[in-house]
Amino acid sequence: MKLTVNGEEHELPAATLADLLALLEYEGDWIATAVNGELVHGADRASHPLKDRDRIEVLSPMQGG
Amino acid sequence: MPQFYGTEIRSRLLLGTARYPSPAVLAEAVRRSGTDIVTVSLRRETAGGRQGGAFFELIRELGVRVLPNTAGCHSVSEAVLTAKMAREVFATDWIKLEVIGHHDTLQPDVFGLVEAARILTGEGFEVFPYTTDDLVVAERLLEAGCKVLMPWCAPIGSAMGPQNPVALRAMRAAFPDVPLIVDAGIGRPSHAATVMELGYDAVLLNTAVAGAADPAAMAEAFANAIEAGHLASGAGMLEPRDMAVPSTPVIGKAVFS
Repeated sequence: MKLTVNGEEHELPAATLADLLALLEYEGDWIATAVNGELVHGADRASHPLKDRDRIEVLSPMQGG
Repeated sequence: MPQFYGTEIRSRLLLGTARYPSPAVLAEAVRRSGTDIVTVSLRRETAGGRQGGAFFELIRELGVRVLPNTAGCHSVSEAVLTAKMAREVFATDWIKLEVIGHHDTLQPDVFGLVEAARILTGEGFEVFPYTTDDLVVAERLLEAGCKVLMPWCAPIGSAMGPQNPVALRAMRAAFPDVPLIVDAGIGRPSHAATVMELGYDAVLLNTAVAGAADPAAMAEAFANAIEAGHLASGAGMLEPRDMAVPSTPVIGKAVFS
Protein backbone atom coordinates (compact mmCIF):
# COMPACT_ATOMS: atom_id res chain seq x y z
CA MET A 1 0.00 0.00 0.00
CA LYS A 2 1.36 3.40 -1.02
CA LEU A 3 1.20 6.04 1.70
CA THR A 4 2.59 9.56 1.74
CA VAL A 5 3.91 10.48 5.18
CA ASN A 6 5.05 14.09 5.67
CA GLY A 7 5.50 14.40 1.92
CA GLU A 8 7.54 11.21 1.49
CA GLU A 9 6.17 8.12 -0.22
CA HIS A 10 6.28 4.82 1.65
CA GLU A 11 5.24 1.28 0.73
CA LEU A 12 3.94 -0.08 4.02
CA PRO A 13 1.49 -2.73 5.24
CA ALA A 14 -0.32 -0.46 7.72
CA ALA A 15 -4.00 -1.22 8.30
CA THR A 16 -4.56 1.69 10.66
CA LEU A 17 -2.95 5.01 11.48
CA ALA A 18 -1.69 3.55 14.77
CA ASP A 19 -0.02 0.68 12.83
CA LEU A 20 1.70 3.18 10.58
CA LEU A 21 3.05 5.23 13.49
CA ALA A 22 4.39 2.06 15.12
CA LEU A 23 6.05 0.89 11.90
CA LEU A 24 7.79 4.24 11.49
CA GLU A 25 8.67 4.32 15.21
CA TYR A 26 6.77 7.45 16.09
CA GLU A 27 6.01 7.68 19.77
CA GLY A 28 5.23 10.13 22.55
CA ASP A 29 2.22 12.18 23.54
CA TRP A 30 3.50 15.24 21.71
CA ILE A 31 2.58 14.37 18.12
CA ALA A 32 -0.52 15.36 16.19
CA THR A 33 -1.78 13.49 13.14
CA ALA A 34 -3.90 14.29 10.11
CA VAL A 35 -5.04 12.09 7.23
CA ASN A 36 -5.97 13.70 3.92
CA GLY A 37 -6.22 17.13 5.51
CA GLU A 38 -8.39 16.10 8.47
CA LEU A 39 -7.24 15.90 12.09
CA VAL A 40 -7.24 12.40 13.59
CA HIS A 41 -7.26 12.56 17.40
CA GLY A 42 -4.75 10.47 19.30
CA ALA A 43 -7.53 8.32 20.73
CA ASP A 44 -8.86 7.52 17.24
CA ARG A 45 -5.61 6.42 15.59
CA ALA A 46 -6.05 2.71 16.32
CA SER A 47 -9.50 2.70 14.75
CA HIS A 48 -8.65 4.90 11.77
CA PRO A 49 -8.20 2.65 8.71
CA LEU A 50 -5.71 3.64 6.03
CA LYS A 51 -6.20 3.13 2.34
CA ASP A 52 -3.93 3.24 -0.68
CA ARG A 53 -2.58 6.74 -1.48
CA ASP A 54 -3.63 8.31 1.82
CA ARG A 55 -1.65 11.42 2.76
CA ILE A 56 -0.59 11.48 6.39
CA GLU A 57 0.91 14.38 8.34
CA VAL A 58 2.72 13.82 11.63
CA LEU A 59 3.59 17.05 13.42
CA SER A 60 5.35 17.79 16.67
CA PRO A 61 6.20 20.89 18.72
CA MET A 62 8.80 23.27 17.42
CA GLN A 63 10.18 26.68 18.29
CA GLY A 64 7.98 29.48 16.96
CA GLY A 65 7.53 33.23 16.98
CA MET B 1 -3.18 43.38 34.28
CA PRO B 2 -5.09 42.70 31.06
CA GLN B 3 -7.06 39.53 30.52
CA PHE B 4 -6.82 37.48 27.37
CA TYR B 5 -9.99 35.41 27.00
CA GLY B 6 -10.58 35.55 30.73
CA THR B 7 -7.02 34.68 31.71
CA GLU B 8 -5.18 37.38 33.61
CA ILE B 9 -1.57 37.64 32.49
CA ARG B 10 1.41 38.35 34.72
CA SER B 11 3.64 40.06 32.15
CA ARG B 12 2.95 42.39 29.24
CA LEU B 13 5.72 40.75 27.24
CA LEU B 14 4.93 37.68 25.14
CA LEU B 15 8.06 35.96 23.90
CA GLY B 16 8.72 33.81 20.86
CA THR B 17 10.86 30.70 21.23
CA ALA B 18 12.53 30.56 17.80
CA ARG B 19 16.07 31.32 16.62
CA TYR B 20 17.92 31.25 19.95
CA PRO B 21 21.51 30.01 19.87
CA SER B 22 20.61 27.08 22.16
CA PRO B 23 17.78 25.71 24.31
CA ALA B 24 19.67 26.86 27.42
CA VAL B 25 19.82 30.44 26.14
CA LEU B 26 16.11 30.30 25.31
CA ALA B 27 15.30 29.10 28.83
CA GLU B 28 17.40 31.86 30.40
CA ALA B 29 15.81 34.52 28.18
CA VAL B 30 12.31 33.34 29.15
CA ARG B 31 13.23 33.51 32.83
CA ARG B 32 14.85 36.96 32.62
CA SER B 33 11.93 38.33 30.58
CA GLY B 34 9.44 37.46 33.31
CA THR B 35 6.98 36.40 30.61
CA ASP B 36 4.27 33.88 31.30
CA ILE B 37 3.29 33.34 27.66
CA VAL B 38 5.56 31.96 24.95
CA THR B 39 4.72 31.24 21.33
CA VAL B 40 5.39 27.82 19.85
CA SER B 41 4.81 26.10 16.54
CA LEU B 42 4.36 22.71 14.90
CA ARG B 43 6.48 21.10 12.20
CA ARG B 44 6.77 17.73 10.52
CA GLU B 45 8.44 15.19 12.79
CA THR B 46 10.88 12.75 11.20
CA ALA B 47 10.17 9.04 11.63
CA GLY B 48 11.61 7.90 14.95
CA GLY B 49 12.47 11.53 15.73
CA ARG B 50 12.58 12.97 19.25
CA GLN B 51 13.23 16.65 18.51
CA GLY B 52 9.65 17.74 19.12
CA GLY B 53 9.55 15.82 22.38
CA ALA B 54 12.75 17.42 23.65
CA PHE B 55 11.46 20.91 22.89
CA PHE B 56 8.07 20.13 24.43
CA GLU B 57 9.82 18.98 27.62
CA LEU B 58 11.83 22.21 27.77
CA ILE B 59 8.67 24.31 27.48
CA ARG B 60 6.90 22.26 30.15
CA GLU B 61 9.82 22.80 32.52
CA LEU B 62 9.63 26.57 32.02
CA GLY B 63 6.14 26.52 33.54
CA VAL B 64 4.72 29.12 31.13
CA ARG B 65 1.51 29.20 29.15
CA VAL B 66 1.92 28.43 25.44
CA LEU B 67 0.39 30.29 22.52
CA PRO B 68 0.75 28.00 19.48
CA ASN B 69 0.95 29.69 16.08
CA THR B 70 -0.01 28.80 12.53
CA ALA B 71 3.19 30.28 11.11
CA GLY B 72 3.91 29.50 7.50
CA CYS B 73 0.29 28.87 6.58
CA HIS B 74 -0.74 30.58 3.36
CA SER B 75 -4.32 29.33 3.11
CA VAL B 76 -7.39 29.18 5.33
CA SER B 77 -7.55 25.37 5.22
CA GLU B 78 -3.87 25.01 6.16
CA ALA B 79 -4.24 27.44 9.05
CA VAL B 80 -7.41 25.80 10.35
CA LEU B 81 -5.91 22.29 10.24
CA THR B 82 -2.68 23.50 11.86
CA ALA B 83 -4.70 25.13 14.64
CA LYS B 84 -6.59 21.89 15.29
CA MET B 85 -3.35 19.91 15.38
CA ALA B 86 -1.83 22.47 17.75
CA ARG B 87 -4.80 22.13 20.10
CA GLU B 88 -4.29 18.36 20.04
CA VAL B 89 -0.63 18.68 21.06
CA PHE B 90 -0.61 21.66 23.39
CA ALA B 91 -4.05 21.15 24.97
CA THR B 92 -5.00 24.81 24.73
CA ASP B 93 -7.77 26.64 22.87
CA TRP B 94 -5.45 29.59 22.33
CA ILE B 95 -4.12 30.02 18.81
CA LYS B 96 -2.00 32.76 17.27
CA LEU B 97 -3.62 32.82 13.87
CA GLU B 98 -1.36 33.67 10.95
CA VAL B 99 -2.53 33.46 7.37
CA ILE B 100 0.34 34.81 5.34
CA GLY B 101 -0.47 36.67 2.14
CA HIS B 102 2.87 37.77 0.80
CA HIS B 103 6.21 35.96 0.66
CA ASP B 104 8.48 39.00 0.95
CA THR B 105 6.68 41.09 3.54
CA LEU B 106 4.95 38.22 5.38
CA GLN B 107 1.96 40.54 5.38
CA PRO B 108 -1.20 38.86 6.65
CA ASP B 109 -3.80 37.83 4.09
CA VAL B 110 -6.50 39.68 5.98
CA PHE B 111 -9.35 38.17 3.93
CA GLY B 112 -8.21 34.64 4.70
CA LEU B 113 -7.49 35.70 8.29
CA VAL B 114 -11.08 36.80 8.91
CA GLU B 115 -12.44 33.63 7.30
CA ALA B 116 -10.14 31.36 9.32
CA ALA B 117 -10.90 33.30 12.52
CA ARG B 118 -14.64 32.78 11.99
CA ILE B 119 -14.18 29.04 11.47
CA LEU B 120 -11.91 28.63 14.48
CA THR B 121 -13.98 30.66 16.94
CA GLY B 122 -16.93 28.54 15.82
CA GLU B 123 -14.98 25.48 16.90
CA GLY B 124 -14.21 26.87 20.33
CA PHE B 125 -10.78 28.34 19.67
CA GLU B 126 -9.64 31.55 21.35
CA VAL B 127 -8.04 33.33 18.45
CA PHE B 128 -5.15 35.82 18.65
CA PRO B 129 -5.09 37.11 15.06
CA TYR B 130 -1.83 38.45 13.61
CA THR B 131 -3.23 41.33 11.58
CA THR B 132 -2.39 44.72 10.10
CA ASP B 133 -3.32 48.08 11.63
CA ASP B 134 -6.40 48.34 9.36
CA LEU B 135 -9.45 49.33 11.41
CA VAL B 136 -12.00 47.75 9.09
CA VAL B 137 -10.20 44.42 9.22
CA ALA B 138 -10.04 44.77 12.99
CA GLU B 139 -13.81 45.23 13.14
CA ARG B 140 -14.34 42.16 10.95
CA LEU B 141 -12.09 40.12 13.24
CA LEU B 142 -14.08 41.21 16.28
CA GLU B 143 -17.31 40.30 14.46
CA ALA B 144 -15.75 36.91 13.70
CA GLY B 145 -15.42 36.32 17.45
CA CYS B 146 -11.86 37.47 18.21
CA LYS B 147 -11.52 39.07 21.64
CA VAL B 148 -7.86 40.05 21.25
CA LEU B 149 -6.17 41.76 18.30
CA MET B 150 -2.49 41.61 17.36
CA PRO B 151 -1.54 44.26 14.81
CA TRP B 152 1.94 44.36 13.32
CA CYS B 153 3.99 47.54 13.64
CA ALA B 154 6.42 46.53 10.85
CA PRO B 155 7.10 43.33 8.89
CA ILE B 156 8.02 40.21 10.90
CA GLY B 157 11.70 40.10 11.79
CA SER B 158 12.40 43.50 10.21
CA ALA B 159 13.34 45.22 13.49
CA MET B 160 12.15 48.52 12.01
CA GLY B 161 9.86 49.44 14.89
CA PRO B 162 6.57 51.34 14.58
CA GLN B 163 6.18 52.45 10.96
CA ASN B 164 2.76 53.98 11.39
CA PRO B 165 2.21 55.27 14.93
CA VAL B 166 -0.80 57.27 13.72
CA ALA B 167 -2.59 54.06 12.69
CA LEU B 168 -1.64 52.35 15.95
CA ARG B 169 -2.99 55.31 17.91
CA ALA B 170 -6.22 55.24 15.90
CA MET B 171 -6.61 51.52 16.59
CA ARG B 172 -6.17 52.05 20.31
CA ALA B 173 -8.76 54.83 20.26
CA ALA B 174 -11.20 52.78 18.18
CA PHE B 175 -11.10 49.72 20.42
CA PRO B 176 -10.55 50.96 23.98
CA ASP B 177 -11.84 47.76 25.57
CA VAL B 178 -10.16 45.16 23.34
CA PRO B 179 -6.79 43.82 24.48
CA LEU B 180 -4.31 44.95 21.83
CA ILE B 181 -0.91 43.33 21.43
CA VAL B 182 1.69 44.68 19.02
CA ASP B 183 3.06 41.63 17.25
CA ALA B 184 5.95 41.78 14.81
CA GLY B 185 8.45 44.39 13.70
CA ILE B 186 9.87 45.42 17.09
CA GLY B 187 13.66 45.76 16.99
CA ARG B 188 14.71 47.41 20.21
CA PRO B 189 13.33 48.22 23.66
CA SER B 190 12.60 51.83 22.72
CA HIS B 191 10.22 50.56 19.99
CA ALA B 192 8.38 48.49 22.58
CA ALA B 193 8.23 51.44 24.98
CA THR B 194 6.82 53.61 22.19
CA VAL B 195 3.88 51.31 21.44
CA MET B 196 3.21 50.82 25.14
CA GLU B 197 3.13 54.62 25.57
CA LEU B 198 0.38 54.60 22.92
CA GLY B 199 -1.65 52.52 25.35
CA TYR B 200 -1.16 49.03 23.96
CA ASP B 201 -1.70 46.19 26.40
CA ALA B 202 1.28 44.04 25.53
CA VAL B 203 4.03 43.30 23.02
CA LEU B 204 4.88 40.03 21.33
CA LEU B 205 8.42 39.72 20.04
CA ASN B 206 10.98 37.10 19.20
CA THR B 207 13.84 37.98 16.87
CA ALA B 208 14.76 41.17 18.73
CA VAL B 209 15.62 39.03 21.76
CA ALA B 210 16.74 35.79 20.10
CA GLY B 211 19.03 37.62 17.67
CA ALA B 212 20.68 39.84 20.28
CA ALA B 213 24.27 39.18 21.29
CA ASP B 214 23.04 38.54 24.84
CA PRO B 215 19.42 37.36 24.54
CA ALA B 216 18.81 37.05 28.29
CA ALA B 217 19.95 40.62 28.99
CA MET B 218 17.88 41.87 26.04
CA ALA B 219 14.84 40.02 27.33
CA GLU B 220 15.13 41.84 30.64
CA ALA B 221 15.71 45.16 28.84
CA PHE B 222 12.48 44.64 26.89
CA ALA B 223 10.56 43.73 30.02
CA ASN B 224 11.70 46.97 31.67
CA ALA B 225 10.95 49.09 28.59
CA ILE B 226 7.47 47.59 28.26
CA GLU B 227 6.69 48.23 31.90
CA ALA B 228 8.05 51.79 31.64
CA GLY B 229 5.98 52.51 28.54
CA HIS B 230 2.87 51.10 30.15
CA LEU B 231 3.35 53.13 33.32
CA ALA B 232 3.91 56.28 31.24
CA SER B 233 0.78 55.69 29.16
CA GLY B 234 -1.35 56.10 32.27
CA ALA B 235 0.68 58.91 33.80
CA GLY B 236 -0.19 61.76 31.43
CA MET B 237 2.77 62.62 29.22
CA LEU B 238 3.60 66.18 28.21
CA GLU B 239 2.90 67.34 24.69
CA PRO B 240 5.94 68.58 22.79
CA ARG B 241 6.23 72.34 22.12
CA ASP B 242 8.40 74.44 19.91
CA MET B 243 9.98 76.85 22.40
CA ALA B 244 11.89 76.34 25.64
CA VAL B 245 10.20 76.57 29.02
CA PRO B 246 12.51 77.03 32.01
CA SER B 247 12.21 74.11 34.36
CA THR B 248 13.66 76.07 37.27
CA PRO B 249 11.21 78.72 38.57
CA VAL B 250 12.31 82.27 37.77
CA ILE B 251 10.28 83.93 40.54
CA GLY B 252 12.56 85.18 43.29
CA LYS B 253 15.66 84.90 41.14
CA ALA B 254 18.48 87.18 42.38
CA VAL B 255 19.35 90.20 40.27
CA PHE B 256 23.08 90.93 40.33
CA SER B 257 23.35 93.87 38.00
